[in-house]
Amino acid sequence: MRIAVRGALPLASFAATLALWQAVVMLGRVPVYLVPSPLAIVAAFVGDASVLLRALLATLSVTFAALLAAMTSGVLLAILMSASRVARAALEPWTVVLQVTPVVAVAPLIIVWIGDPFAAMVVCATVVAFFPVYANTASGLAATPPELLDLCRLNGASRAQEVLLVRLPAAIPYLLAGLRVSGGLALVGAVVAEFVTGAGGTASGLAFRILEAGYRLQTARMFAALALLSAAGLAISAALGWISRQALARYGVLPSGRTLS
Amino acid sequence: MLELAGVGKRFASGVQALDGIDLTLTAGEFLVLLGPSGCGKSTLLRIVAGLDAPSAGTRGWSGEPPTPGQIGYVFQDPTLMPWATALGNVMLPLRLRGVPEAEALARAALAEVGLAESAGARPHTLSGGMRMRVSIARALVSRPRLLLMDEPFAALDEFTRHRLQDVCLALTAALGCTTVFVTHSLYEAAYLASRVALMTARPGRIVAMLPGAAPGERARGGAAFDARVAALSHAVHALHLSGTAHLSA
Repeated sequence: MRIAVRGALPLASFAATLALWQAVVMLGRVPVYLVPSPLAIVAAFVGDASVLLRALLATLSVTFAALLAAMTSGVLLAILMSASRVARAALEPWTVVLQVTPVVAVAPLIIVWIGDPFAAMVVCATVVAFFPVYANTASGLAATPPELLDLCRLNGASRAQEVLLVRLPAAIPYLLAGLRVSGGLALVGAVVAEFVTGAGGTASGLAFRILEAGYRLQTARMFAALALLSAAGLAISAALGWISRQALARYGVLPSGRTLS
Repeated sequence: MLELAGVGKRFASGVQALDGIDLTLTAGEFLVLLGPSGCGKSTLLRIVAGLDAPSAGTRGWSGEPPTPGQIGYVFQDPTLMPWATALGNVMLPLRLRGVPEAEALARAALAEVGLAESAGARPHTLSGGMRMRVSIARALVSRPRLLLMDEPFAALDEFTRHRLQDVCLALTAALGCTTVFVTHSLYEAAYLASRVALMTARPGRIVAMLPGAAPGERARGGAAFDARVAALSHAVHALHLSGTAHLSA
C-alpha cells in the first residue's frame, strides 16, 4: 500500500500539473509564443524529432566525454596527491582555484585556446565535472582505516603499494558518490559550453537549439528541447545510481537486500 | 628480545600516556598487559611494534632486529578489507612484501584458524568470531617472531572468546613466537599469560609483574587458575586502596 502510494503519487502529481497547465493555457487563451500548452510542446517535439534527437546526441557525447575525462583526471590527480606530499602541496591550491572560478567566465578563453569546438566544449564541461570526483576520491584515499595503513608499515610496503592495494580500493565508495554528482555536472557543463560557444552546424546540441528557438520565438520548441535535457539529466543520474549500487553490493559494503539511501 | 627502558609517551595534546616503562621481552613468552581502560596499554603496544616512537626512553632489540613482516599485529577490530575475500585479506601482508606463493601460504593460515572452507567468503558474510579468525590468520601468515594483540576478543561473546583463546594459544605455541596480549580481563590474563604486567592509568605505568601459568598447566579452573585470578584480583584491589590507580568505574 505504502509502496504503491510512493510510486503513484509523483506520477499523479506530474499528470495533474500537466492537466492544469493545459487547462489554464486553453481557457486563458495564452499566446503560444508566451507559454505553449503541453500538447503544443508534444506537437513541436514530434514535428522536430530528428533535429532534436540529433541535438540530444551531440549534447550527450560532450557530456560523456567530459565525464570520462573528469573521472580519469580526478582519480589520477587524487592518487598523485595521496602518494606524494610535494605534489599535494604544489597542486592543491590549483584545484581550489579551478573549483571556485565560474566556468562561464573561463569558457571564452578555453574556446580561444582550443580551436576545435567539440574539444573546447568537452574541456569546459570537464572543468565543471572534475571537482566532485576528485574531492571525493581524495577524501576516500585519506579515510582508509588506520589499522590497514599500520599493516602496510609493519610489512615495509612502499607508498605505491599502499595506495594501489589498500587506499584506492578503500576509496571506491567515495569515488562512486563523487561520480554521481559529476554526472549531473557534466551535463550542466556541456549546456553552458554550448551556450558560450554557440556552435552551429551539424554538431549543434540541445542548448544551441534552445537559443535558436528563442531567437525565433518558437517557445514550444524551446520547451521540447528543455524537456529532453531534463530527461537526459534524470537518465544519467539514474544510470550512475544503478551502477554505483551494483558496484557497492559487489564491493561488500551493502549486504544484499539493503538499499542505498 | 626487545628492551624498553624508561619509555614515556606524551601526546601533542599534552596528555602523558606512558611514563617510566621498563620492560624486557623474553623470546617465546606470552606477556599479558593488564590494566583499566585508558591506561596506555594500546599506546605501549604500538611503541613495542615500532608504529609510534616513544617521546622519552629507549627501545632496542637484543640480537637480530625483526625484518618487515616479522611483527604480527591483531587489532581490537578485525578491520578486514570489505572488498576482498577472506583469502584476499590474509594474502595482504604477503602481497605487500611481494612474497611468492602467497595464495598457498594464505590458504594454509586460514586452515590453521579453522576457516579453510570460508576462503572465498566476503567479510560481511562472516560472523564476528570468524572475522577475528581471519584477522588472526592475517597476522600469523607471515610467521611472525613477535605477535602483538590489542584486546582482540573484547567484542566477542564468552563462548567464542574461549574458543579463540585456545586457537591463539595453540598457534602461538606451534609457531614459538613471543606474544604481547593486551586485555582488561583478569580471567583472560590468568588463563593466557606466562607473565602479567599490571598497569595503572594517568600516566600509564607498569606497577607489578605477576607470574602466569607454565605452558603445561594452563586450565580454566582448578586450584592453580583460581590462585592466579585471586592474586591478580588482590593486586588490583591493593592498587585501588593505595590510590595509585585511577580505576574509574
